[in-house]
Amino acid sequence: MLKRLFSYLRPYRLQTVLAIVCIELEAAFELIIPMIMAGIIDVGVPTGNKAVIFQKGFQMVICAILALIFGVGSARFSAVIGQGLGAELRKAEYRKLQSFSFSNIDHFRASSLVTRLTSDVTAIQNSVSTGMRPACRAPFMMLLSLGLSFVMNWKLALVFCVAAPLLGVMLFLIVKNVRPLYGKMQGAVDLVNRIVQENLTAIRVVKAYVREDYETAKFEESNLSLRNTAQKAFGLAALNMPSMQLVMYATILCLLWIGGGLIRAGGMQVGELTGFLSYVLQVLNALMMISNVFMMLTRSLASCRRIVEVLDEEVDMTDDEAKEIEVTSGAIEFDHVFFKYRQEAPEYVLSDITVSIKAGETVGILGSTGSAKSTLVQLIPRLYDITSGSLTIDGHPVREYPMKHLRDAVGMVLQKNTLFSGTILDNLRWGKEDADEEEIRAVCSIACVDEFIGRLPKGYDTELGQGGAGLSGGQRQRLCIARALLKKPKILILDDSTSAVDTATDAKIREGLAAYLKDSTKLIIAQRVTSVMHADKILILDHGRIQAIGTHETLLKENAMYQELYHSQQEGVGL
Amino acid sequence: MARYVGYKKPKNTKKTVLRLMHYLGSHKILLFLVAVLTAIGSLANIMGTYLLKPVVNNYILPGDIPGLLKMVLLMGLMYLAGVLATLGYNQLMVRMAQKVVSEIRHDLFVHTQSLPLSYFDAHTHGELMSRFTSDADTISEALNSSFTLLIQSGIIITGTIVMLVVLNWRLSLIVLFFMALMFLFIQFNSRRSHKYFTEQQNNLGSLSGFVEEMVTGQKVEKVFNHEAQDFDEFCRRNEALRKAGTRALSYSGMMIPTIVSLSYFNYAVSACMGGLFALANLIDIGSLTSYLVYVRQTAMPMNQFTQQMNFLLAALSGAERIFEMLDAEPETDEGTITLCKAEEQPDGTLTQCEPSRGVYAWKCPEADGGFRLVPLKGDVRFFDVVFGYTPEKKILNHINLYAKPGQKIAFVGSTGAGKTTIINLINRFYEIDSGTITYDGLDVRDIRKKDLRFSLSMVIQDTHLFTGTIADNIRYGRLDASDEDVRRAAKLASADSFIRRLPKGYDTMLYSDGGNLSQGQRQLLAIARAAIADPPVLILDEATSSVDTATERMIERGMDSLMEGRTVFVIAHRLSTVRNAKAILVLEHGEIIERGSHEELLEMKGRYYKLYTGQFELE
Repeated sequence: MLKRLFSYLRPYRLQTVLAIVCIELEAAFELIIPMIMAGIIDVGVPTGNKAVIFQKGFQMVICAILALIFGVGSARFSAVIGQGLGAELRKAEYRKLQSFSFSNIDHFRASSLVTRLTSDVTAIQNSVSTGMRPACRAPFMMLLSLGLSFVMNWKLALVFCVAAPLLGVMLFLIVKNVRPLYGKMQGAVDLVNRIVQENLTAIRVVKAYVREDYETAKFEESNLSLRNTAQKAFGLAALNMPSMQLVMYATILCLLWIGGGLIRAGGMQVGELTGFLSYVLQVLNALMMISNVFMMLTRSLASCRRIVEVLDEEVDMTDDEAKEIEVTSGAIEFDHVFFKYRQEAPEYVLSDITVSIKAGETVGILGSTGSAKSTLVQLIPRLYDITSGSLTIDGHPVREYPMKHLRDAVGMVLQKNTLFSGTILDNLRWGKEDADEEEIRAVCSIACVDEFIGRLPKGYDTELGQGGAGLSGGQRQRLCIARALLKKPKILILDDSTSAVDTATDAKIREGLAAYLKDSTKLIIAQRVTSVMHADKILILDHGRIQAIGTHETLLKENAMYQELYHSQQEGVGL
Repeated sequence: MARYVGYKKPKNTKKTVLRLMHYLGSHKILLFLVAVLTAIGSLANIMGTYLLKPVVNNYILPGDIPGLLKMVLLMGLMYLAGVLATLGYNQLMVRMAQKVVSEIRHDLFVHTQSLPLSYFDAHTHGELMSRFTSDADTISEALNSSFTLLIQSGIIITGTIVMLVVLNWRLSLIVLFFMALMFLFIQFNSRRSHKYFTEQQNNLGSLSGFVEEMVTGQKVEKVFNHEAQDFDEFCRRNEALRKAGTRALSYSGMMIPTIVSLSYFNYAVSACMGGLFALANLIDIGSLTSYLVYVRQTAMPMNQFTQQMNFLLAALSGAERIFEMLDAEPETDEGTITLCKAEEQPDGTLTQCEPSRGVYAWKCPEADGGFRLVPLKGDVRFFDVVFGYTPEKKILNHINLYAKPGQKIAFVGSTGAGKTTIINLINRFYEIDSGTITYDGLDVRDIRKKDLRFSLSMVIQDTHLFTGTIADNIRYGRLDASDEDVRRAAKLASADSFIRRLPKGYDTMLYSDGGNLSQGQRQLLAIARAAIADPPVLILDEATSSVDTATERMIERGMDSLMEGRTVFVIAHRLSTVRNAKAILVLEHGEIIERGSHEELLEMKGRYYKLYTGQFELE
């Protein structure tokens, strides 16, 4: 898994090599400088040669300067690759995310996708930036010290052969056992955060139902479990310091005892023993650093897994069957279409939908809440794939159109109309990137945007907050319609998109649409009968099935549901 | 987790530390123990190094094997004490840290729930969330390791300095000079990196805001084939973040190598000067050797000390933010009147009784220590009520209204006209500026908030559901409701049929605010949740805005039978929702401009008439 992530370092190969070189060179000075220093004490002082002292001192200063240069270089390169890796990962994740179908997104949930793209990546890049130095330095120092100590006295060095593996095993056991605990802890953290988050968003509900105690009890349970798992995990992780000390101290004592014997037997010099001891400290310190790096990696492993999950998610909507065709006229044919959101769901959301819509027709769709009106129209631009049956546009199954062409030909105003932060003009240009002022004015007049745009402080350049904050529901809906019109789509779908607009404007928009998109197929979902009564065809959906198809006149005569709907809304209109 | 938080200086360190200490409570003694153990651990370490020389000179060189054995055993004991001390303080600290942090989280949570809504209006969720997450985490991390590491490095630094001064005070001046230099550099560096880290944080915020917006708006993105443009924008922000991050980390990463190099300089100068001193016979060569060993040891503890100091400061400023939130004024509640279950006696008087007969009464304490019972009817009146979320801007101006028990009162008006505000005043989500609101003749300010809210059920504009099953969510309205009650409430809210079609029916799990349901379905659940509470007063604030008119009618019939003889407030955009209300109030700019029944208002041919005939659009 780590290998998989690190493959994203490829563009930074050079910097990676440079970072490693800098770190190793800097580490080398740690060993070189004391050697130069030895010259001062062993040569300079006994001979009383000031020149030697100054010369060695000068060499040391040069070394210090070089070490500084390499050190700063290693910091710089480590930062570049850590942040570079993060940027590459985010880019890869975002690209993947864009290709996700909605069932993919539901699988992860939107909020979790955001964390996977931000905090998880941050965790990884931080461990790279901080872990680089110890991870490269420690093995180098360890091997070098180990080698030098063997050269110095191989018999004494055998102590390492016991100490190092012993410490290694201890650290390994700690890391191995701590890993699942960190996983558990992360789960507990997520639970606590979820409860807090829910309580913050739903604070009005909590207060209105006087459920503070209930929520506190719920929170307390998760808080306690977090505390327990965290104590276990951190408690175990904290064992690595004393284990390291235990082995280190034991080694020192063994060296003194064995070394003492060797010296008495004449097999070793005193100076060697002192030097040896400093190598011991180096080696064991290096081991400790390595275990710290592992510890850090273990903690970021959870983040790694969450990122890889996104990258490896199988996208279930592809262009595999696409041919180079484009929508020409916009005739839609549903033939025994069945649909459910998940394969394993027991019931179909849409069942046995058969309807044929000619190019240029206007079709109204009515139905109660949950009758799957929105689902039905979302199948047309392939926001979801049908489960069985066939759905064709101009005689070709929708799957055979490249998604880009298909969606270019279909203009859709969704029920939940989303506007994005930016100016009104920016939002309109989603429909057509290079739309000129005239085009924009034209669609805005059809969608009756021009009625209110003049009242906004900066007209088309008014900044909108996220989700179009600052506009009323009706204004947002009108903007969304204008945005869709800019596409000049072959098929236009309005999903309950004039519900907040007054009836007079609603009628005006409908008239404008009919003239502007004369040849386009128009599908209109509405709550108000008046919005669809002039359509060529009206579909009545009930629990995912077509209950009736007809015109206003025939339905009014024959269909009970339509009659009820019509009469319940009739009063007052036309007074 | 790498702790890359730039720190902001806490404003009042002493006070914050004292308050944090308060959380340690009975563990204060343990904290002292930890300090002692840390000292023992570090001293064992220092002494070990220090004893090496006499061991070599006095026992190994003369070949005194029994003496060596004795010394080795002695050192062994000392080391063992050191290891045990380390083990002890590490484990103690881990437990203490988690305990303190979990208590802080608990207090925060409980306090959060007591805060008035105006507090939540003034702070973003993200901001409040970070008190629970990053701020609490930095405290936990700081207690976990920074505290002991700080003591440890403090002891080592002091010990080393003492040794240096003892060995040769003249030479030690050089070391002190370099130590001061290191200290200044570390201070300078962390201040600068803090600036860069803030920049990185801002860029990260902008990126995650963008991703969030795009993920929620992905349907629109797909429908408009806007992927390429969004990807470009993403890359632009991603690149800005990468640059800022690289800058911040290059800068902060420089710290350790620079300190190490400074220590090399220190070492070089000390060695040269030491050599000269030795020539001048100011120091003997043995002392010079051990002197230089100590010089080499100064860099790392210095580095550690300042680094941990910064972590500790970051934790303190986190703690300060947490305490700030804990200090926020909770909702005031001076009410003394409580709600009790009551029984009507044959003579028409009320007495308190335990098993509920569905009759409630207000229990008003009297001056003489007794109490009087006032029947709960749901009679709500506003007298000249003035209110504004901020003192400068009044939302409601001199509102007078009267809802008789059993009446259905509807509010109609544009967004911002003050409809929701009126309702938020009845249950005291906000406090009125002047005027009086009475409930069954009692001033709402005299009623305990808990009881006041218990007597009102509310379905609000934005439906919020909790993670849990559908049944759990409905049961939120009355925790002891049976499965049968849940089903009945769902039927009343016309939710039963869609629930039964879900894969697991009432046991279907809802995640993240019911994201897997449609807006209309969520509204039905919210209504069921209110219905199960069986309240004397029901408030429906745009409760059926995403429900079709036919279903809405069914709900209305269900709720009308449930609320027979009780008071209902309805707010709706859609006029069909309010048509059969007893009284309809048309609000504009915080004032009631028209009132009357549907027919009366049509007669008037005023604003309501225009709205109804579609000549006017609500905004």
